[in-house]
Amino acid sequence: MKVLVAVKRVIDYNVKVRVKADNSDVDLANVKMALNPFCEIAIEEAVRLKEAGVADEVVVVSIGSKSCEEQMRTALALGADRGVRVDTGDGLDSLSVAKLLAKVVEKEAPGLVILGKQAIDSDNNQTGQMLAALLDRPQGTFASKVAVEGDKVQVTREIDGGLQTVELLMPAIVTTDLRLNEPRYASLPNIMKAKRKPLDLLTPDELGVAVSSNLTLLSVEPPAERQAGIKVSSVDELVEKLRNEAKVI
Amino acid sequence: MTILVIAEHDNNELKPVTLNTLSAAQAIGGDIHLLVAGSGCQSVADAAAQIPAVAQVLVADNDAYEHQLAENVSKLVQGLAASYSHILGSSTTTAKNLLPRVAALLDVNQISDVMAIESADTFKRPIYAGNAIATVQSADAIKVMTVRGTAFDPVEGAGGSAEVVSLSEVCDAGSSRFINEEIAVSERPELTAASIVVSGGRGMGNGENFELLNKVADKLGAAVGASRAAVDAGFVPNDMQVGQTGKMVAPDLYIAVGISGAIQHLAGMKDSKIIVAINKDEDAPIFQVADYGLVADLFEAVPELEGKL
Repeated sequence: MKVLVAVKRVIDYNVKVRVKADNSDVDLANVKMALNPFCEIAIEEAVRLKEAGVADEVVVVSIGSKSCEEQMRTALALGADRGVRVDTGDGLDSLSVAKLLAKVVEKEAPGLVILGKQAIDSDNNQTGQMLAALLDRPQGTFASKVAVEGDKVQVTREIDGGLQTVELLMPAIVTTDLRLNEPRYASLPNIMKAKRKPLDLLTPDELGVAVSSNLTLLSVEPPAERQAGIKVSSVDELVEKLRNEAKVI
Repeated sequence: MTILVIAEHDNNELKPVTLNTLSAAQAIGGDIHLLVAGSGCQSVADAAAQIPAVAQVLVADNDAYEHQLAENVSKLVQGLAASYSHILGSSTTTAKNLLPRVAALLDVNQISDVMAIESADTFKRPIYAGNAIATVQSADAIKVMTVRGTAFDPVEGAGGSAEVVSLSEVCDAGSSRFINEEIAVSERPELTAASIVVSGGRGMGNGENFELLNKVADKLGAAVGASRAAVDAGFVPNDMQVGQTGKMVAPDLYIAVGISGAIQHLAGMKDSKIIVAINKDEDAPIFQVADYGLVADLFEAVPELEGKL
């Protein structure tokens, strides 16, 4: 079985983002970029399926400009076998990304497609579900466990209040949550090897997808700042303030 | 302009967050219809009909919708969509699973976690874990969106008498099957609905020590939450997690105990009315957002607090 993993290049999660002075967007100039953490979990899961003999090939796909090949090489160093990049501008909306991915999936015919549940830049949490809809295939979102059995996959999902397990007919789409696995680090020999792994290029034209968007970003502002309050010196003072000043207990 | 809101429910009970989502729908303006898709969900439909803000309740009661599998419900909503200008759900795992699928079937984008309605086509939403707020405008014919409950005050839940319409259409994709569910049972109020939340972080040291917080919570009628650090360390289950990747809460009082205040945690609770931080590290970032900070050893301060409530 082939597993296809879609990944996104995003700001490194340790970097504090700043809004541009003209409020047009966040400032990404000279900022450290990285593989989206949820995508890293997706790669790890696919590689583990391969190591367990369930999958025989792991293909990593990314939609974006040449710069995202850096993150695709990271995915290849983590164990993916080859890469496919669809050459577009950066910052496409989720629907466009899902449409392009759907065409790549049709070409590659994987048994499973694994994506991160959301990217930590746009925080949309949409692409996997949209891809599943466009392909008319079942989805196992926010996965904390994935078990393939024959032509079915059981996905345990993190839902409000607990866990839910569903069984999906493959091909199926899975999106990863934080506790699915702990991604490994790429070893130096694997980083060197990843440089020679094949990385193909496709264009939206070749896939027959017209990329456009009905969403316009009007402005980006920093969130309202919360002012630090006071320090109290004792539990007594805290209880007194909560009772008589804040009146919340 | 008519708006369809997807009811959040478990076949028995209409979840209170639905009232917050209806409030967002009211801010957009127009007639509001509420869809209850489930199985054996008549009591939910009855409760829904009492909400004065709702003009019509649509009930799709069928085995295929029992667990609200996205494969089935998305097709049901797709079939209804043509009559609506907006389709709204709450920012819960159920609606986040469903609505992007609906949007793609309708060939429109979806707008996630809306926190303010600027106009019928312009919305504010958090990006980068709440470190920036984006204002987006949608030119799509149908606006599909999830709404952050904590950003909207709930509408009145009783006193109305909406028309109830049964839908007979059954959409069963047949490609997914519910196996089981493990829902944590608790006597305490639900995290996202509680007016007081007591949360513990890595400073709690282990899961047993959360009992200290439970005692305080019981005195206050509060819910108990946790930071991601505490969840990742295995102290408590993941459904207690407050933060960007967990639950969003905005209670009247939030008490953060042994929580340093990582950006990802602050994103989930900084809209709380009053924030109290108890931490022995006086430089912990949580103190920068706390209204009342107490620099103290939590193992002394928390039992003392419990005793004085």
